[in-house]
Amino acid sequence: MRRHLMSLALGAMICFALAPAAGAVTIEKIVSPSGIAAWLVRENATPLVALNYAFHGGSSQDEADKAGTANLAADLLDEGAGDLDSSTFHQRLENHAIEMSFQVGRDYLHGSLRTLNDHRDEAFGLLGMALTKPRFDADAVERVRGQMLAVLRRETTNPNNLASRSWWRTAFPHHPYGRDAQGSLETVPLIGAADLRDYVRRAFARNELTVSIVGDIDPKTAGELIDRAFAGLPAKNDLKPIPAATPQGIGRRIVINLDVPQAVVTFGGNGIERNDPDFMAAYIVNHILGGGSFSSRLYREVREKRGLAYGVSDSLVWFRRAAVVLGGTATRADRTADALDIIEKETKRMADNGPTAAELAAAKSYLKGAYALSLDSSSKIAAQLTQIQLDNLGSDYIERRDKLIDSVTIGDAKRVAKRLYGGGMLVTVAGKPKGLASTGTPD
Amino acid sequence: MTLRSNLTVAAVLAAALVAPAFAADQTKVADYKLPNGLELVVIPDHRAPVVTHMIWYKVGAADEVAGHSGLAHFLEHLMFKGTAKHPAGEFSQVVAHMGGQENAFTTSDYTGYFQRVPSRDLATVMAFEADRMTGLQLTDDVVLPEREVILEEQNQRIGNNPRARLSEQIEAALYLNSPYGRPVIGWRHEMEQLTRDDAIGFYRRFYGPNDAVVVIAGDVAPDAALKLAQDTYGKVAPRTSIPPRLRPREPKPIAARSLTLADPRVEIPIVQRDYLVPSFHTAKPGQSEALEVLAHILGAGSTSRLYRALVMDQKVAIAIGAWYESSALDDSKFGIYGSPKDGITLPQLETSIDGVIADVAAKGITAEELDRTKTRLIADAVYAHDNQASMARWYGSALTTGATVDDVTHWPDRIRKVTAEEVQDAARQWLQKKRSVTGYLIKDTSPQAERRS
Repeated sequence: MRRHLMSLALGAMICFALAPAAGAVTIEKIVSPSGIAAWLVRENATPLVALNYAFHGGSSQDEADKAGTANLAADLLDEGAGDLDSSTFHQRLENHAIEMSFQVGRDYLHGSLRTLNDHRDEAFGLLGMALTKPRFDADAVERVRGQMLAVLRRETTNPNNLASRSWWRTAFPHHPYGRDAQGSLETVPLIGAADLRDYVRRAFARNELTVSIVGDIDPKTAGELIDRAFAGLPAKNDLKPIPAATPQGIGRRIVINLDVPQAVVTFGGNGIERNDPDFMAAYIVNHILGGGSFSSRLYREVREKRGLAYGVSDSLVWFRRAAVVLGGTATRADRTADALDIIEKETKRMADNGPTAAELAAAKSYLKGAYALSLDSSSKIAAQLTQIQLDNLGSDYIERRDKLIDSVTIGDAKRVAKRLYGGGMLVTVAGKPKGLASTGTPD
Repeated sequence: MTLRSNLTVAAVLAAALVAPAFAADQTKVADYKLPNGLELVVIPDHRAPVVTHMIWYKVGAADEVAGHSGLAHFLEHLMFKGTAKHPAGEFSQVVAHMGGQENAFTTSDYTGYFQRVPSRDLATVMAFEADRMTGLQLTDDVVLPEREVILEEQNQRIGNNPRARLSEQIEAALYLNSPYGRPVIGWRHEMEQLTRDDAIGFYRRFYGPNDAVVVIAGDVAPDAALKLAQDTYGKVAPRTSIPPRLRPREPKPIAARSLTLADPRVEIPIVQRDYLVPSFHTAKPGQSEALEVLAHILGAGSTSRLYRALVMDQKVAIAIGAWYESSALDDSKFGIYGSPKDGITLPQLETSIDGVIADVAAKGITAEELDRTKTRLIADAVYAHDNQASMARWYGSALTTGATVDDVTHWPDRIRKVTAEEVQDAARQWLQKKRSVTGYLIKDTSPQAERRS
């Protein structure tokens, strides 16, 4: 279930509790010879380098009738570049055990690269080719398109995908955020090589480029490698603006009929922007209601006491132009209504009364302690640095974070609980839930 | 089914041997045995002030009594329900207060519990874990709702997922005699009947220090960890009831088997074939390593034989892969799976897969393929060293499936020694159809399709 929610929020959600060990991470701000800024963390224990970066302009740049363009382009970046065809490119990666990946979310294209020190020149050189000279050869495009269409076809009978797609489509109608980054069976066949090139031309540029690098490397070498990968990009991107949006369909319940033993539920409503002064209070309150730990109210009421589900949780998810709170569970058909009833009651109780002082103290303790725990690899630290940069939190955020948490009062928590959960939810269900039907009027 | 991770898990058993190249003495893996039989492995990593503490019991679904499938996993859930000393929820609350993470997992061969906490809290979680080694108390108030939870988990993992249902059927058909044919989560009709007494009986039979391996990775010195273990686990008396791990073994396979699962939700058909092959524990020296190399060359990623032949050249498949699971106490599995392109039937795809296997068996592999694979497998070991929790998992899974710390640390040496001839021999010897079950997953288009799981 958590994986499911993560994938919904690809690129936009940061699992906030997971962060580099406080005190163990020293961020150096560096600038490459060509002028590209980056954050560097030196980590000498293992002979490798992990790079993480992001370009602005994810799937929200897709035309509605060609949804999936950015995603298809990203999947094709390592399928041939410069004078290397797909096979040769992959062989070069594999011969040197280089890991290169690209992921498209609604707002950003995220990339990561991991290499042994011995092969880092080759690794950053190949990345530079992929970003500046992708080939989009016809046979590679058709092969990857076929794979993507197969995934989309499989998802037409997968309750997790049906529930979540319905939620997003209903919450953000006529807005790019309502569309899935992968596109659909109707749109993916319409994407041509020219569309892929156009996306790359508009999004891959040196402005609005966020770079983080972690590993056994000094600032000078890091700058040279960064230039190998990124210096060849155009100076400026050419993105279309995305309008701000708030989730629609609040109060509605949509049931999608599917013959599966267990109904899958997606629920959520309006969230809170990352730069909102109440964000930290909201983050703590949500942790108490439905955060990932074994002690949340939803976990206790739905799973522990009644055995209605294996998992239930919700998270804050934020984008550049919208924010939501989004949760999910999966429960047997004859008890789906009960589970949903409990989730709604608990959400309302949190909105009305907020958390108790004891819950607030326990959540603070957890969130502060967990910070030192979970960035347990160079790749994860690099990804976290990128997220801190994208969220404009500043390179001193790691030191400030404990104080931000401690400063949240019970009054803040109650006020924010009302703001966050007082507005009602949009609920989508895929399965055969007994006694549950769609309600509410389409907008 | 995480195919890539199967390969990776096997690959990274190597990590410790790579360590000496770039690590100082205090990072050496330490291995102790307490007088009560508990084994302690310490993997120092001082980059951050945190530790991963895991306890692995050498008991899993393959140790259940027939008719009680799912019991080992059910007990794993119930282990969070409190002891005489600490009521239900207290341990979890304490871990949450530390900002720690915790969870547990069950396979056919082992059951594991872990906490990831700041290193200053290591003593506390060890005391709690030692307490629940023998102190578990259960009442129907907590057992019955939890049985509903595991039934929902079965729905989520298997019932709602046609691909997982196929794997379950293939495994049941592959193992004629070994309990590996039982799903770890259990068969629903048996899960529904599991009781408090079943769980407590299983617990009292199998959980004890002489059946456990504690693995601690992170910011702790080996001698300090040993002292903590002596003060906590060291005080628990051994269980005399724990039987030797002798499960029924597979007879010599003599017949290729095939099955078809039709499910109305299938949009993309799948062919999957599992072969009965030796695990690291049951193999002769070198055989398991050759199988790892073979799985990588045949089916790991887009430079693999199967991908190049069937996806790129013949254009009969959209997805294809192969994997080998080396960590198992008894004979294990080598798997191949694929999905056909539109217009290609599953038998056509299967024939193409057989062609690639026959080619490797007849002509062997190239020196370039062998080099590339070794580079990749050994690099995975270096990458693994970057993550303390992965290190702890790899040692734990090896030590509970018949391997030793020494086996783990020398894994890269053994991979380096694999020859092209050994890989070809592995294909000839083990990838024989009579050793296998081939499963088709197809769409059920009949009007009254069987839709219960």
